[in-house]
Amino acid sequence: MEDVSAKFVSQKISRTRWRPPPAASLQPPDVFATGSWDNEDNRISFWSADDLGNVGLNGEYHGEPHLLCDIQHNGDVMDMQFLDQERIVVASSTGTVTIFRHHQNNQTLSANHRWERAHYHVDQDTSCGGAACTGVVCNNPEIVTVGEDGRINLFRADQKDAIRTIDNADSSTLHAVTFLRTTEILTVNSIGQLKIWDLRQQRNEPSQIFSLAGDRVPLHCVDRHPNQQHIVATGGQDGMLSIWDIRQGTMPVSLLNAHEAEMWEVHFHPSNPDHLFTCSEDGSLWHWDSSTNVSEKPSFLHQGGRSTTYLSHNTINQSVVSAWLSNDPTKDRMEITNLIPNQTLSVNSLDVLGPCLVYGTDAEAIYVNRQLFA
Amino acid sequence: MEEPDTEPPLVVVPGADPSARQLCFAWGPAEVLVCETRFGRADAGEGAPGSSRVFVVRRDQDIYIQTLRKLFNESHGIFMGLQRSEEELAGKSRKAQLVQVSKNYRSVIRACMEDMHQAAVSTRDPALQGQYSTQVSILSAMELIWNLCEILFVEAAAAGPLLLRLLDWVRLHVCDVDSMVREVLSSENPSKHKLFWNVVDVFVLQGRMDEARHLLSKEVTANPTSMNMYKILDDLMKKMPMPSLGNTQTLTELELKWQHWHEECQRFLQDGTFASNPHMESICKILVGDEDAILEKKELMTTWYHFLVTRLLYSHPTVKPMELRFYAQSSMDLFLGGESSPEPLDMILMAAFEFEMHQVIKECSIVLSNWWFVAHLTDLLDHCKLLQSHNLYFGSNMREFLLLEYASGLFSHHSLWQLGVDYFDHCPEFGRVYLELHIERIPLNTEQKALKVLRICEQRQMHEQVRSICKIMAMKALRNNRLGSALSWSIRAKDAAFATLISDRFLKDYCERGCFSDLDLIDNLGPSMLLSDRLTFLGKYREFHRLYGEKRFPEAARLLLTLMTAHIAPCSFWMTLLTDALPLLEQKEIIFSAEQTYELMRCLEDLTAGNADKQKFQEDDVETTKVEMLRLALARNLARVIVKEGTVEGS
Repeated sequence: MEDVSAKFVSQKISRTRWRPPPAASLQPPDVFATGSWDNEDNRISFWSADDLGNVGLNGEYHGEPHLLCDIQHNGDVMDMQFLDQERIVVASSTGTVTIFRHHQNNQTLSANHRWERAHYHVDQDTSCGGAACTGVVCNNPEIVTVGEDGRINLFRADQKDAIRTIDNADSSTLHAVTFLRTTEILTVNSIGQLKIWDLRQQRNEPSQIFSLAGDRVPLHCVDRHPNQQHIVATGGQDGMLSIWDIRQGTMPVSLLNAHEAEMWEVHFHPSNPDHLFTCSEDGSLWHWDSSTNVSEKPSFLHQGGRSTTYLSHNTINQSVVSAWLSNDPTKDRMEITNLIPNQTLSVNSLDVLGPCLVYGTDAEAIYVNRQLFA
Repeated sequence: MEEPDTEPPLVVVPGADPSARQLCFAWGPAEVLVCETRFGRADAGEGAPGSSRVFVVRRDQDIYIQTLRKLFNESHGIFMGLQRSEEELAGKSRKAQLVQVSKNYRSVIRACMEDMHQAAVSTRDPALQGQYSTQVSILSAMELIWNLCEILFVEAAAAGPLLLRLLDWVRLHVCDVDSMVREVLSSENPSKHKLFWNVVDVFVLQGRMDEARHLLSKEVTANPTSMNMYKILDDLMKKMPMPSLGNTQTLTELELKWQHWHEECQRFLQDGTFASNPHMESICKILVGDEDAILEKKELMTTWYHFLVTRLLYSHPTVKPMELRFYAQSSMDLFLGGESSPEPLDMILMAAFEFEMHQVIKECSIVLSNWWFVAHLTDLLDHCKLLQSHNLYFGSNMREFLLLEYASGLFSHHSLWQLGVDYFDHCPEFGRVYLELHIERIPLNTEQKALKVLRICEQRQMHEQVRSICKIMAMKALRNNRLGSALSWSIRAKDAAFATLISDRFLKDYCERGCFSDLDLIDNLGPSMLLSDRLTFLGKYREFHRLYGEKRFPEAARLLLTLMTAHIAPCSFWMTLLTDALPLLEQKEIIFSAEQTYELMRCLEDLTAGNADKQKFQEDDVETTKVEMLRLALARNLARVIVKEGTVEGS
């Protein structure tokens, strides 16, 4: 695909994130961060994906992302999230949560704040061992982290200690977390449950539990519809995409057969939420388009080399007017495109913002697609 | 067994001192552990306590070079593509496909070389710079060998096109002269440059006739006296017949044309047409294939294989692949002229010209410090169906042997192990066994990594390894007091024994604390509850508590009784269950029917009878009181029930 630029970076990539553009800016994002895993020496790196900046340097490499700066990171990068334009929160497999600051004037990175052992195990000999922090989500200045120890932490960017900690929030591993509203969070765990927590309540119990029926397939990722907050998407170990309506029922509204292995990340497009992106251990990255009228879609989805399939989704709910929940037979078509043909190793992370998509793989490559809707 | 051809190289372990102490070692999959023992040399006897250091000696050292990771990763994709493209195409298109694969491999080597070169230029550390430069030269040698193998083996170019390919090969790789060419061409007046004639010679030697003629025309405009001579030479160069890639002319046709042209050149040379201009004369001598004249330009050719190709171009343009070996050998002898002995690279190229594929691979394995090159090249040649007959006296065939070595190297790396998996998959004989042995040894520091390893095993139905990984993770979780996680892992492994162990822990915790932990898990066991009896009991017992909590007493009572009569509950737990029945017996309403009460009584008697011989039980005050209380409650319940059931039936 000629509109995608790739770069081999000699480290397995676990997370990629676009830096949010300034509030008033209409420009597409140009800087992204990556984190690596399973290296002896893991790194947080900032890259520029700006073609203009590159052509000036070297004509033949145009479009290839180039490194701005990087910094060493202790342990695998499990998750990361931009707090604001300059700061990024990184979750480590050692249980530490760190805020890194990107100094844009001299292109350097420094550790700004660190919560050592935010997640830990209390083992039988009562000595403490760090437990991997698996997920982080920010809503400046608040930061919520979850971990393998089943703990939920609430931090404030400039305060030394956690504001709130829920020990034993979950008896199994918490895999991901996202904000539902400013005071409510959603977590997914390794026994197929989706839980809502109200941080205002002092009770250390979830306010609601949803679960997959039957096989308790672990859930690995969760994202909330940007405009309609009751619509939530999760991805599971069997590669299944589940859409939930958290206003009703305790089961997913629809289950969509997707990848052949673990779905590592799911993201609604932030400004065009009819589009959804998922990536998986099987090495594929799917673009789900639920726009109601297929014929009106631009032709980019029908280009050669991409496999396009239609799936009808077995929705149960009829009352909601959303593309993700509707089951009107005439409109009930989901267009799915695999954006990576012939990939073999896992796509661990993706991020989408404006017309730009960035993803990173275990094959030690990062890919940037700057014309997603061209 | 064959004897090794060369003495194994001596490896010095820096920091270890074999003269003072004896060393001991242990083999690993891709590395050797070495450490100093307490034993000194024979005369010294048992010395002072040795250093506590352990040395890791690795074989495939290139695996650890950061820049080369790009090579490993990108070539992995090409390798996988090649394995997938199984022979659906036949004949010509299959060959074109294989050549394309070969080119892709080479372009990856080239890209890596460029990166390495950039790194060498940008670094300030001289030691690092030296390291990078060595890597660049190794990579460029690899690419040179690969390209030749591509021409001779993969594409198997026939007479005619073969020469064109070899010319391309030389032009691509003899780049020492490129800077000279650039310097002359960029000067204001090229024909006056002191290296002018050298550049013209380079073009002629490489068969770049158009460029040579273009340059010569500049000389003539500056020096009109030699116009006549120039015109003749230019005409000769223009007319030189070249083999074509298409099928427009037959080989005989070409030979005829070429013979004619050759005689014409010779005629001019004998006429002394160029006698007044030594430069032009030497060019004409090259055109007629005068070996001495060509050898005079040794400095411009720099290598014997350049000499070989030039010689073929001007004396045997229709050389057949099988004749190459004679020209190659004599060219090397002539070029080196006994002054220097051939280097390993020369021997490898010579073996290629001799079509000794196995020799090429063998020499490369000895010389290069990585398995990457031989493994991928051999695999490609194997796909060209060139290596089938060859079997080793150990292991499987050569392709598999080399792939196994390479993949084992990848597995010894802390991060590249994921690539190794796919290589093992394509080793039909031993790949699976290797994978099984290696995959178990991957350190699992996070659950995410464990999941990835697990997925690899599950996809390949490696049940033993799946169980082992889950058990490791379950043990870890248990040690960290994460009972819920531990149970999840053992359910995933379908490990009944371990599930029983964890269920017991849950029950023990319950007995101690009087409440369940990890309710979210136990309430959602679903069908996985059936994994072990104890787990079933745990799930059902928790269900009883829930029913009780919801005040659904009759259902709770029925469940409680079933747990005992169906022998789901372990005997050690019966007392607890019976105690749980107490509040139900004491309810205002009657919950247990007469039948059920009899059953309960039988359970109690079974329990006490079983324990009767144990003195301890008798002495335990609390226990006896409990039994007394139970008996009383049961008797009272029975009395009430008989009355009630009697009245209902009577009325």
